[in-house]
Amino acid sequence: MSVRSEPLLRAARPARRTTALGVWLDRQSVFSWLMMAPPLLFLAALVGYPFCYGILLSLQDRPVAHTGTFIGLKNFATNFNDPIFWRVALNTFVYTAVATLLKMVGGLALALAMNQQFPLKNLMRALMLLPFIVPTVLSTVAWMWILDPAFSVLNWLLVAVGVPKPGPSWLGNPMLAMLSIIMINAWRGLPFYGITLLAGLQTVPPELYEAATIDGASGWQRFRYVTLPLLQPIILIVTLFSVIFTFADFQLVYVLTHGGPQNATQLFATYAFDIAMGAGQLGLGASVALAMLPALALLIVALTIYLRRE
Amino acid sequence: MVTGYGPVERLVRLWLPVGFFLVLALFPFYWMAITSLKPNFELYSRRAMPLIVHNPTLKHYIDLLTETSFLTWTWNTMLVAVVSTAISLILGVMLAYPLARMRFAGAGLIAMTVAAIYLVPQPLLFIPLADLINRLGLGNTLTAVILTYPTMLVPFCAWLLLGYFKTVPMELEEAARIDGASRLQTMRRIFLPLCTPGFVSAGIFAFTLSQNEFLYALIFLTKSAVRTVPVGVIAELIRGDVFYWGQLMAGALLGSIPVAIIYSFFVEHYVAGLTSGSVKG
Repeated sequence: MSVRSEPLLRAARPARRTTALGVWLDRQSVFSWLMMAPPLLFLAALVGYPFCYGILLSLQDRPVAHTGTFIGLKNFATNFNDPIFWRVALNTFVYTAVATLLKMVGGLALALAMNQQFPLKNLMRALMLLPFIVPTVLSTVAWMWILDPAFSVLNWLLVAVGVPKPGPSWLGNPMLAMLSIIMINAWRGLPFYGITLLAGLQTVPPELYEAATIDGASGWQRFRYVTLPLLQPIILIVTLFSVIFTFADFQLVYVLTHGGPQNATQLFATYAFDIAMGAGQLGLGASVALAMLPALALLIVALTIYLRRE
Repeated sequence: MVTGYGPVERLVRLWLPVGFFLVLALFPFYWMAITSLKPNFELYSRRAMPLIVHNPTLKHYIDLLTETSFLTWTWNTMLVAVVSTAISLILGVMLAYPLARMRFAGAGLIAMTVAAIYLVPQPLLFIPLADLINRLGLGNTLTAVILTYPTMLVPFCAWLLLGYFKTVPMELEEAARIDGASRLQTMRRIFLPLCTPGFVSAGIFAFTLSQNEFLYALIFLTKSAVRTVPVGVIAELIRGDVFYWGQLMAGALLGSIPVAIIYSFFVEHYVAGLTSGSVKG
């Protein structure tokens, strides 16, 4: 094999590959598609196919372990006339909106607090991320015990500061149950926001703050007119991510409340699970899951386009 | 940027908020730990001060390890996480390398599709997947989850690696091509060894994601011998209305430790992976 100096790539190619097959395999498009074929086939089989099959299922009356019968849009009509379905839709939107807002505000506060010089900063950052690392189900078990109807440590603390005994029934009262799942979701997602925004804060050039200070900007003005505009793209991306995964949340609610009391915390994912796995109505369950699609598709397309533009 | 504040202002600006977030983040784990060490009479006592352990005992741990299949669940969880992470890294590289380095028609479309698939949440797919797994006869096998976890991990790894690959300079690969290496040789021998930090980031992330997975495991694994830790703990330590709180907490704590240890070794890589998707550009 010879080494030529110019013109680099094009000149080298004929010397390198002698067989026709070798030359063909070395073409960029051939190499790329051959390389990508296995993962793409895998994704087509286990994401693409189930996705299409799910749409087909939603158009069927399909009890588990039976063959399905095509019933058109009847499942969607059933959902449309089901008051629980609308309750679920409302729950999901409230849950997503409030939890995301909490994570955004809390995460920003966390990032600003952590963006100062102090000893053991890296250790603190590592510890702060723990809620996000530990498997959700396992930390939710701890929360379930913290909010236990009879032995809640939170109520023990509340009673100690003067709240009348026995304290609120966190998971038994519909409003409080919704509040509980929102708080725990925010607790788990907050570090993700905080650490990502912290990384963003660290890319803000200090000269900008110095210039703003020289121009007489107050601390709030520096935050409002320097920090926030520079963080805006990151906030947008993190929020879209968070909205998508909060909207489709399953495990936290399944473990903590099972959707109760009286469907007060039932979300699309848990309701679809109950119908499909609990009641064995695969078709109806698939139609409930697909009801998430319009909102999700909008979010996914928005985020994908935004990521591509970068 | 914050310098020259007095001690009071430093307390208000720094230690109060940092302390608040730290207590908030860690309290549930503290609670998990002390609950797992309390004997039942103390656990269900309304008089004992609950914030500390008065009569520590390892009984719940012993019961958990001897009376339940917790060790089997741990082994299953590890096996599934390691294998599906490995599969996802390999398939992820096969997607990311051409997208990062080659010019071909359709590259943009594939990149968008991969990003979109990463964002498709499991609840949209679990019902048809459950039916598919049943038809394939894979119910109650670890293969079922080893096959399905990569559906979320492959797009994720590909996306993270794509970002990393673009930061690696191309000179070495160009030199290898000039020396006559084929594209496959260039990728395997020259390029991939340069990308270890990217693999570590993606690998840690994929590993924690598979440890965290619950929905597929709950549906596909209904026998104790094949369960993973999250499903085993929920399904077998809560029987009807009876909660085995001591064992639940011991299980939750032991189940969190492997992830926490691995995470503690690679915090910087983890944070790099976490922030790479959103902070770049």
